[in-house]
Amino acid sequence: MNLETFIIVSVIKIVIAIIVLLTAVAYTVWLERKVVGHIQNRWGPTRVGPFGLLQPLADGLKFIFKEDLTPPHVYKPLFIAAPMIALIFALTSISVIPIGNWVTIGSIHTPLEITDVNVGLLIVLGITSLGVYGVALAGWSSNSKYSLLGGLRASAQMVSYEVSLGLSLVGVLILTGSFNLRDIVLAQSGTFWGFIPRWNIFHGLQFVAFFVYLIAAYAETNRVPFDLPEAETELVAGYHTEYSAMKFAMFFMAEYANMITVACLASLLFLGGWNGWLFGPAWLKAILPVFWFGLRVFFFLFLYIWVRGTLPRFRYDQLMAFGWKFLLPLALANTVVTGLVVALRS
Amino acid sequence: MIPLSYYLVLSGILFTCGVLGFLIKRNIITIFMSIELMLNGVNLSFVAFAAQWHVLGGQVFVFFVMVVAAAEAAVGLAIIIAVYRTRETLNVDRIDLLKL
Amino acid sequence: MVHLILFSVFGLICIAGAVNLLVQSHPINSALSLIAVMASLAVEYMLLGAEFVAVIQVIIYAGAIMVLFVFVIMLLNAGQEERSKGSRVALLFGIPATVVGSAIGAWVLIEHSGTGNVAIGALPGPPNQIAELLFHDFLLPFEITSILILIAIMGAVVLAARPESVQHTKKEG
Repeated sequence: MNLETFIIVSVIKIVIAIIVLLTAVAYTVWLERKVVGHIQNRWGPTRVGPFGLLQPLADGLKFIFKEDLTPPHVYKPLFIAAPMIALIFALTSISVIPIGNWVTIGSIHTPLEITDVNVGLLIVLGITSLGVYGVALAGWSSNSKYSLLGGLRASAQMVSYEVSLGLSLVGVLILTGSFNLRDIVLAQSGTFWGFIPRWNIFHGLQFVAFFVYLIAAYAETNRVPFDLPEAETELVAGYHTEYSAMKFAMFFMAEYANMITVACLASLLFLGGWNGWLFGPAWLKAILPVFWFGLRVFFFLFLYIWVRGTLPRFRYDQLMAFGWKFLLPLALANTVVTGLVVALRS
Repeated sequence: MIPLSYYLVLSGILFTCGVLGFLIKRNIITIFMSIELMLNGVNLSFVAFAAQWHVLGGQVFVFFVMVVAAAEAAVGLAIIIAVYRTRETLNVDRIDLLKL
Repeated sequence: MVHLILFSVFGLICIAGAVNLLVQSHPINSALSLIAVMASLAVEYMLLGAEFVAVIQVIIYAGAIMVLFVFVIMLLNAGQEERSKGSRVALLFGIPATVVGSAIGAWVLIEHSGTGNVAIGALPGPPNQIAELLFHDFLLPFEITSILILIAIMGAVVLAARPESVQHTKKEG
């Protein structure tokens, strides 16, 4: 397709992706409040709309109308820019994540992702490592000791667990031989022994890597059991202590968008992406992969929320020791064993 | 299709800004950042020439330059922290105890 | 045409970031403009076709090394920079000399460099080809750099450790 069509199609895809992602963020918050509520034997939001489904709308309106305080001695440029940085990088990583096969609408043949890059997996890792800046700069520019300590702790935690996150993906890469996310999903199509799907966690035996990835993802997104930097009983609220209204909402949205990105990546790499049972007419066959992919992402988000309602949180030194002394050697061992098995098999 | 010399000019300008920063600035950390800027300019030059002669070795060398820059940044920042702890200042002109 | 536009836009961002690093007095602003330089350099690498190097630039340089710099600036609470006699002299003579020197250098490079044109995405940059080079031809430098990083880690830990903690370990062990 020529340049103008490509630009128009890309702009449409970007708009749809942002709208879908922001709606998903809002309803992940709703899901979390309902599920954690039921785990704790209470209802969660029920008043606003049926089953509390309009609660995110009410929350959004509340954030818009709240007073946006800027404390007097903050470093203004970074104070205002830090939540924007966090949100921008959280939203950008969705641009290389494919959600389905190539579709043909009219005369346009396009993949169901914004860009199809050869190094898509590394780009997601790179944007995750850039997301540390939002947290670190927010903590420093707030000119408050709680914020500074919380920001430093949160960014040190994110940087430490990024290493294990990246290493746990090397096993999948050795099996597939490509960084392209679409190729990784295509390598997981089909079944073996008749009915077990050829996902990387079963056929590729990457369950250790899956375990390491899951734990590292919880630490990357600052969620329980690793949410010490932002727990209320700890350093007031950590790096977002001095933020109110829309800026706080931006940090909130960035955290949930990161959760969704991590869930998408886990379902692409370990659970087979959008491979699933296809049936029906041609248009249904194009939509069903998106549905299977959404099902897997929903499973991961539910797992996140389930763990939040169940586990206590780590102390900071326990957290860092766990990341460096247990998780990193485990990920390295997985890499070595996967490499050995692939080399000896071929 | 653009001439390769544009990339070389960009690389040269980055390197020059790095040298200028190294000579003008008085804060140790900013001087260190100018060194990183110089290394980046050189990296661009490597990749540009690798594209010209269709050799992949240029990219591999960029890899090694980045790794060495990372190691140097880690040790250099540790030295800066140690200097700050004893001298209580980050201004290079004040760290002159060895001067006559 | 597209190549020229993209190259100019990101080249201007690189140069603006580099000049901003020199102009700003607070080191955190210099650090942020250096991050902008590195990100736009990553785009320039992609324009040349070196996609793996571009992503590694973002992950390592902008995502790890600059995080170290920002941490140190935050921890040491660097503050505004002061002007001293030596720096004023350097500014007065250095900047005009540099501008003239780089203008001459740029003219020589553009006119007489003896290099040709390069197309967009000219270089083959898939990671498996780079990996073959790295593990076959460049294996020895690869292993040596891993030892170098190990030494750097140990050196950084020893240099940045507080003196009391070193004494504690001396008492115990």
